[in-house]
Amino acid sequence: MQSRSFHLEIRTPEKLIFEGDVASVGAPGVEGNFQILAGHIPFLTALGVGEIRIGESSETQQRLATSGGVFEVLRTGVTALVETAEWSSEIDIPRAEAALTRAKEQLSDDNPDLNRPRAEAALARAQNRIKVANNS
Amino acid sequence: MATLREIRRRITSIKNIEQVTDAMRVVAAARLRRAQENITATRPYADKLNTILAHLISQMDTQEQALTHPLLEERDLKHVCVISVSGDRGLCGSFNSNVIRTTTQRIQHYQDGGADTTLICIGRRTHEHFTRRGYDMTDGYVNIFRQLEFQTAVDIVHEFEELYIDKKIDRVEVIYNNFKSAILQTVLVEQLLPLVPEEPEGDTLFLDYIYEPSQVELFEMLLGKHLNMQMWKVLLDSNAAEQAARMAAMENATQKAKELIDELILQRNRARQTQITTEISEIVSGASAQEGN
Repeated sequence: MQSRSFHLEIRTPEKLIFEGDVASVGAPGVEGNFQILAGHIPFLTALGVGEIRIGESSETQQRLATSGGVFEVLRTGVTALVETAEWSSEIDIPRAEAALTRAKEQLSDDNPDLNRPRAEAALARAQNRIKVANNS
Repeated sequence: MATLREIRRRITSIKNIEQVTDAMRVVAAARLRRAQENITATRPYADKLNTILAHLISQMDTQEQALTHPLLEERDLKHVCVISVSGDRGLCGSFNSNVIRTTTQRIQHYQDGGADTTLICIGRRTHEHFTRRGYDMTDGYVNIFRQLEFQTAVDIVHEFEELYIDKKIDRVEVIYNNFKSAILQTVLVEQLLPLVPEEPEGDTLFLDYIYEPSQVELFEMLLGKHLNMQMWKVLLDSNAAEQAARMAAMENATQKAKELIDELILQRNRARQTQITTEISEIVSGASAQEGN
């Protein structure tokens, strides 16, 4: 079987993260992780916090930490619009760990003014970044 | 009339000022270029997001699901949130003062209409101005323009979005300098909430997608993203406008300094001439007095 490829574009509001032909892409949908191969039917979904895996060929794989966005599959190609995306090799681990500690401290304080959903989201983002960075 | 030495001193000091303003112009020009690149880099993302959103709206229309969402809800104006976007620094002509003036007018307008206002200041200039005058305002965002991050836009949106959903505010408006071109910036007042959904352009020739989760949930999520994007665009625009305004202001200042220097050089030459003439006439009269002996 020949391996087929499709066009993938990953953008953040600030810049183009990735553009090129790939064999597969895996992404964290809000209802579970999924993987797209060439020839997938049109599909629109929301992404949660997690890891995007780009398979340029069957051997190599590149990974990105993301905090969520939109994922669109068309016949012509795949576009992911994400609010943040960092390559696994570029994640600043000390910074992520500092964010993690900060979020944990906020959540352990009994502060009535604390915006809990927001602190929890920050915690999830920090944990995700550390996980993606360490997984290489 | 000023003495020769005073004139010389002034020339030196104005030359120094000219060098400083010219350097600031160059820096502003470089920052402007970067700011423009940032705006361009945002466009594909924004366009794609709008396309998907418009598509969803058209899909939902055909299914006769009314567009109801807390962020689209129009209410009587009891409490208005005004976001005022200025720069962190001065020396950029009327950039900051225009925003301050418009903000003051808008707040006055709403208060005359019987509505309360809350002010969110972005940029140190408006923040300091309105803090000194004791306006009802939040902590604000200062010193964000040097290293502009998308996360800042998200944080700002979070702040007013929750207030809006909790019905503590009934409208959100942003006042900022719109970057028209390098020579033209105008102050704009834009309504952020309630959101006014854009009409989908023409017939969308999309194949129908598989949606996950449902269309309605996707739509709600995309509205939030759309709002973040609006705020981000405002920040980028204001930043570019600020650099453009500063570039123009510094160019003017440099030009004025040059004119002043030319003027002073004329004065200096005249003063020197007078001094020499006086000296010569003193020598001549001294000599003739000697001869007379």
